[in-house]
Amino acid sequence: MATPTLEKAEAGFADSPYITVTFRIRRFNPEISDEATWQDFQVEIDPKERVLDGLHKIKWELDGSLTFRRSCAHGICGSDAMRINGKNRLACKTLIKDLNPEKPITVEAIKGLTVLKDLVVDMDPFFQAYRDVMPFLVTKGNEPTRERLQSAEDRERFDDTTKCILCAACTSSCPVFWNDGQYFGPAAIVNAHRFIFDSRDEAGEQRLEILNDKDGVWRCRTTFNCTDACPRGIEVTKAIQEVKRALITRRF
Amino acid sequence: MKIHKYDTVIVGAGGAGMRAAIEATKRSRTAVLTKLYPTRSHTGAAQGGMAAALANVEEDNWEWHTFDTVKGGDYLVDQDAAEILAKEAIDAVLDLEKMGLPFNRTPDGTIDQRRFGGHSRNHGEAPVRRSCYAADRTGHMILQTLYQNCVKEGVEFFNEFYVLDQLITEVDGVKTSAGVVAYELATGEIHVFQAKSVIYASGGTGKFFKVTSNAHTLTGDGQAACYRRGLPLEDMEFFQFHPTGIWRMGILLTEGARGEGGILRNKDGERFMEKYAPVMKDLASRDVVSRSIYTEIREGRGCGPEGDHVYLDLTHLPPEQLDAKLPDITEFARTYLGIEPYTDPIPIQPTAHYAMGGIPTNVEGEVLADNTTVVPGLYAAGEVACVSVHGANRLGTNSLLDINVFGKRSGIAAAEYAAKHDYVELPENPAELVETQVKNLLSSTGTERVAVIRKELQETMDANVMVFRTEQTIKTAVEKIAELRERYKNVSVQDKGKRFNTDLLEAIELGNLLDLAEVMAVSALARKESRGGHYREDYPNRDDVNFMRHTMAYREVADGGKDSIRLDYKPVVQTRYQPMERKY
Repeated sequence: MATPTLEKAEAGFADSPYITVTFRIRRFNPEISDEATWQDFQVEIDPKERVLDGLHKIKWELDGSLTFRRSCAHGICGSDAMRINGKNRLACKTLIKDLNPEKPITVEAIKGLTVLKDLVVDMDPFFQAYRDVMPFLVTKGNEPTRERLQSAEDRERFDDTTKCILCAACTSSCPVFWNDGQYFGPAAIVNAHRFIFDSRDEAGEQRLEILNDKDGVWRCRTTFNCTDACPRGIEVTKAIQEVKRALITRRF
Repeated sequence: MKIHKYDTVIVGAGGAGMRAAIEATKRSRTAVLTKLYPTRSHTGAAQGGMAAALANVEEDNWEWHTFDTVKGGDYLVDQDAAEILAKEAIDAVLDLEKMGLPFNRTPDGTIDQRRFGGHSRNHGEAPVRRSCYAADRTGHMILQTLYQNCVKEGVEFFNEFYVLDQLITEVDGVKTSAGVVAYELATGEIHVFQAKSVIYASGGTGKFFKVTSNAHTLTGDGQAACYRRGLPLEDMEFFQFHPTGIWRMGILLTEGARGEGGILRNKDGERFMEKYAPVMKDLASRDVVSRSIYTEIREGRGCGPEGDHVYLDLTHLPPEQLDAKLPDITEFARTYLGIEPYTDPIPIQPTAHYAMGGIPTNVEGEVLADNTTVVPGLYAAGEVACVSVHGANRLGTNSLLDINVFGKRSGIAAAEYAAKHDYVELPENPAELVETQVKNLLSSTGTERVAVIRKELQETMDANVMVFRTEQTIKTAVEKIAELRERYKNVSVQDKGKRFNTDLLEAIELGNLLDLAEVMAVSALARKESRGGHYREDYPNRDDVNFMRHTMAYREVADGGKDSIRLDYKPVVQTRYQPMERKY
């Protein structure tokens, strides 16, 4: 006898019937046209499925040219940040039932980064800002034979900002970043925070100087868009505030 | 077509690839080609930890770890390699800590450790705390830490470059690596990378199963590229089914949940693992637990209206412990199932998780062209490779270890090889195979759709070569895969453009999955015994007389162009442990 498989898995959960949902997607392909357009697709879907499942149904059954990034499909890899019903989210962590599927679900590329095709944006400026904050542990002197010691409390101090998956949902939700791509943006500051408040690190001053720049933390207007957008639940605005405070007090 | 020249080219930017890159970049001019941005790799999905006998919280030593690895792999492990894995584990963890990895800490400030399946004190006496961890996001932390250090070292990445072909030139009759051919997603351009050494670190191939913890992008591209060029694949019949995937979705819920005290229960609330593994119980090795779950389901003790799953029960654990140690997986349960793990058990089922088999290598990461001959300049590390440290069943926390130990080893070995050798001449028309493949798919007017064939493949794999297998089910799969491979020739894509053509890449990835699924099924059919993750109901016992050997699968092409699989076998390296019956 073969391994028991789940015959009804196709129909999603046994107790939840399929519904018809309209996906309204912002399409853009410069190989075809310089203009972006909205296109509607009707999809039969279980409301407990993800927006990513809906996009896959469109790509696999209706229009193979629909283009988006994705990989892990459960909110870990950070590939599929997009603007869904006007809000930045991961398509793989957003369930249809949480979006009022009675109305069309709008899906468009995240803002502030150049759209290359459909939902795919140029991530290079985003990663450049990340690289600019020295996102790595810097230590001086001889290395210990064993591990460096760190108390559980010191470890906890920067726990929140270690969760970042570099999806760009925060940075591309920030109105300051939309208006001026020179701003480091929340994600880079989050990753600087992760090291500034790590008791093992010895380059906090250097990172603070980088963020003291005219395009650094002082551009933040505390709108909390980034905190709302973070799919990992990081208190992004709080982290930025802590960096600002550290710049004033030079204590971290 | 563009031609690039590098000393060392690394294919893949997950844990193994970036660990190799950190070493190779210091020693040679190195390029990393990755089909995803580096931090998107599936290493980031690993949760529970990384094994190393640090003995920070209780007595432990690397010899016990070696034994557990050999036993966990049902004695198909090459014991010399397992010894290296367990010995070098300690430095591998300390290296990561020094690179900045934020491990959880003990009250003394050292790296904290927890229990994990199959890891024991003194050769199976009791579970031991050996897994070094960072909450339930250890893989995420490893991936981020390695990327951070790649930034620090100035590693050169080619993001969204899909390596589709391995170039091999015969030098004095010896197959030698000459470089790779890659497709650039953004532009559709084809690039030839001439390199003195090439390291494959491109990950697993789990996407030929339907219920899987694997990412959409785990399509065995590296294995397929080497296999198509006549290099063997080792032990492909051994695939791990992780006991606790989210019901129907396959999303991984770490074994660390059971390490923290979580219990598996059937519909009667019974802790059924006590029956199957009296000592290790819920922390028996993964193959044992997955078979036990399906036995419960088949005997009518499964949960839910269809009786098709069991429960992972965390409700007796304090909420503070779940928040501190298992924050991500409890959130998955809330997000995807609408379940509160503080108060309700989580429906789970085994999920296709990890390929024990892959491109055969020796302990330096050098790829083998047969049982003994290495391919000069060619290396592999991580899930794409088969050293073999995992044998017939990998222990939890040994894969994050594998990528670090053998990623580092292959990075050093490849760079040192590059320092001592010159470029090998590229084959004539090096990009020909990829150019033809791309052109044919773009111009095809065939009626078959990629998504349809892939779905049928995944369904036949789940039904026929999953946790339980028989001659009949495997034959059904072999026939179905042959049919699908035939239909694949008639596949077409809708997107005909050059820019970000993921439609085209999904078609190419499906071709890889089909080839590898066939190797897996054919290898499984020939192994008439049960061992580790390969369980044959028609041959329920391990057969050391006839099958204590690695499978080596080769692609053979007849004069007419028709391909077939030739199976050969390779001896297992045994040093200090004689095979024993495996009990937990």
